[in-house]
Amino acid sequence: MKILVTVKRVPDPEQKIKLKDDRIDLSAANWQLNQFDEYAVEAALRLTEDARNPATRLGEVTVVSLGPAEVQQQLRAALAMGADKAVRVDSRDEDLDADIVARTVEKLVRRDSPDLVLMGKLAADNEGNEVGQRLAGYLGWPQATFASIIEVVEGGKALLVGREVDAGVEMKKVRLPAVVTVDLRIVAPQAIKNGRTPPDHAYPEGPRYASLKGIMAAKKKPIEELTLAQLAIQPTLRVRTVSVRLPPPRKAGIKVSSVQELVDKLHNEAKVI
Amino acid sequence: MTYLFETDEHQALRRQAARFAATEIAPHAHAWEEAGEFPRQLYRRAAEAGLLGLGYPHQLGGGGGDLTHVLVAAEEMVTAGHSVGTVAGLGSHGIALPPILQLGTREQKERFVPPVLRGERIAALAVTEPGCGSDVASLTTRAVRDGDSYVVTGSKTFITSGCRADLLTVAVRTGGPGHGGISLLVIEGGTPGLHVSRRLDKTGWWASDTAELSFDGCRVPAANLLGGEGMGFAALMMNFVTERILLAGQCVAIATLAHREAVAYAQQRQAFGRPLCGFQVIRHKLADMASRLAAARALVGEVAVRHIRGEQPVALAAMAKNTATDMCSFVCDQAVQIHGGYGYMRQCLVERLFRDARLYPIGGGTREIMNEIIAKLEGY
Repeated sequence: MKILVTVKRVPDPEQKIKLKDDRIDLSAANWQLNQFDEYAVEAALRLTEDARNPATRLGEVTVVSLGPAEVQQQLRAALAMGADKAVRVDSRDEDLDADIVARTVEKLVRRDSPDLVLMGKLAADNEGNEVGQRLAGYLGWPQATFASIIEVVEGGKALLVGREVDAGVEMKKVRLPAVVTVDLRIVAPQAIKNGRTPPDHAYPEGPRYASLKGIMAAKKKPIEELTLAQLAIQPTLRVRTVSVRLPPPRKAGIKVSSVQELVDKLHNEAKVI
Repeated sequence: MTYLFETDEHQALRRQAARFAATEIAPHAHAWEEAGEFPRQLYRRAAEAGLLGLGYPHQLGGGGGDLTHVLVAAEEMVTAGHSVGTVAGLGSHGIALPPILQLGTREQKERFVPPVLRGERIAALAVTEPGCGSDVASLTTRAVRDGDSYVVTGSKTFITSGCRADLLTVAVRTGGPGHGGISLLVIEGGTPGLHVSRRLDKTGWWASDTAELSFDGCRVPAANLLGGEGMGFAALMMNFVTERILLAGQCVAIATLAHREAVAYAQQRQAFGRPLCGFQVIRHKLADMASRLAAARALVGEVAVRHIRGEQPVALAAMAKNTATDMCSFVCDQAVQIHGGYGYMRQCLVERLFRDARLYPIGGGTREIMNEIIAKLEGY
């Protein structure tokens, strides 16, 4: 199975946000791989290996990112986990929106014809949750978002995907090629069944750690460099950021002495009941 | 700050070790330190993450890499894991396995090393005795050849991971007095005659167990002798260099963490209407801590690079250890001081680091022995 995985670098969500000129100041940002994308990489690796013998690849995983040269670090991190090759489309974060990203990935998909595009369900920076859906629309491919279970069925021609919805887990069958975006439980020990790894095999919880061997091997794996122009992408933004403001600081709480007082305040002051 | 020798790959390794430590150790750090033990399962987890095998050859199940990789991974384990004792316990094979790699036959290496690097067996080194520490050449634990085995009698103390070790690299006397009579035997946990006589209570490193062991007519297969009789002392001495560099690296790691904690506290704690950092006296304390830390890091980095280049930097390793241990004691003491009353409380991280720091001028060769080595090699 040939899988294309999209990865994005995001500022460390634990870092405190600073604003400068109505924009988020990212000059001191600590960049890292978006966590859901890391889960997508893990899912792609589990789909393309026999866990009894992980060194033997049963497919090919290509990781793709749009970003400046520094994004190589995140691509190398995915390669160190075990992805086979990478593509970087040169761009600046401020020149991108979800639509441009989706159209860029569409071009790569049409060029490389993967069987599956795996993506994180959203990126932790703006929590857009758009690119997967837009991409499936542009490609005219079936999509399954928020996947927490993936099972390869019909001899590799389709996937059975478990999606976390409000009422529980919805099982959906999608024919390949397809776009699947993953949720956090996709990295549970038995969330993925690829038909080769024994179904009772339990992976360690979470995305795998890159070994030093993997890190060294990643140095030698190819990263293809492209520009938006080479992919004939018109970089016209459909979304413009007007300004960014921090939410007002939360006021200090108070202690109430009785339920009566609490109800009274909720009713008369907060006016929520 | 990082080491000058670091490449992108060291940075990538740091991120892996930090993620492991933040996920698997930090949430339990205080509880494990208070309990005096961490779960055995953590060895397996660390092995799966590729951290136990760092610095060991791929053929024996290791992860490859050299001392510089071990150094940076160990630093992240401390700074992101917040439990020095746990890291010390997890790393006890770091002194137990090298003599096996150095003196062992192929069969011995394949039998003893891979299960330890897979996290299935715990390894410990047993050299020190109740009556002999720095003066290794005077050890008295006796191993007498009897047919196909050695019969071992004596006792060992201050053995890191000794309480639950499955495999002990033990220094014994097979020959006459002095260093020429010392050999190394691998003794497996559960061998009849081997007893954990005491579990020792320590100033710091609580999460790592420390044992006093007794050997009472303990019968060990002669096939477990490493190298030949009388080859133990030289092998131990050679590995002391690596051990000292790694201990100095731990000091850099502990001080980095203590300094970080002190900066955060000084920025947040208010006194007399401003944060502690608003006082020159506190800022200068932090600056002194940072300066000594940078100096120790530079020296540890240099000696590590010389070591992997194939030099035998025996004196420089001793200098680095003394520099780093002094620095670490100073930094942790100052961090406690900046934390005031909170710094004296058991739930405070720097209080624990202060106690952990006390080990380093003693373990792996005392400060005084380091100076003896330096003086001797310098030819004073």
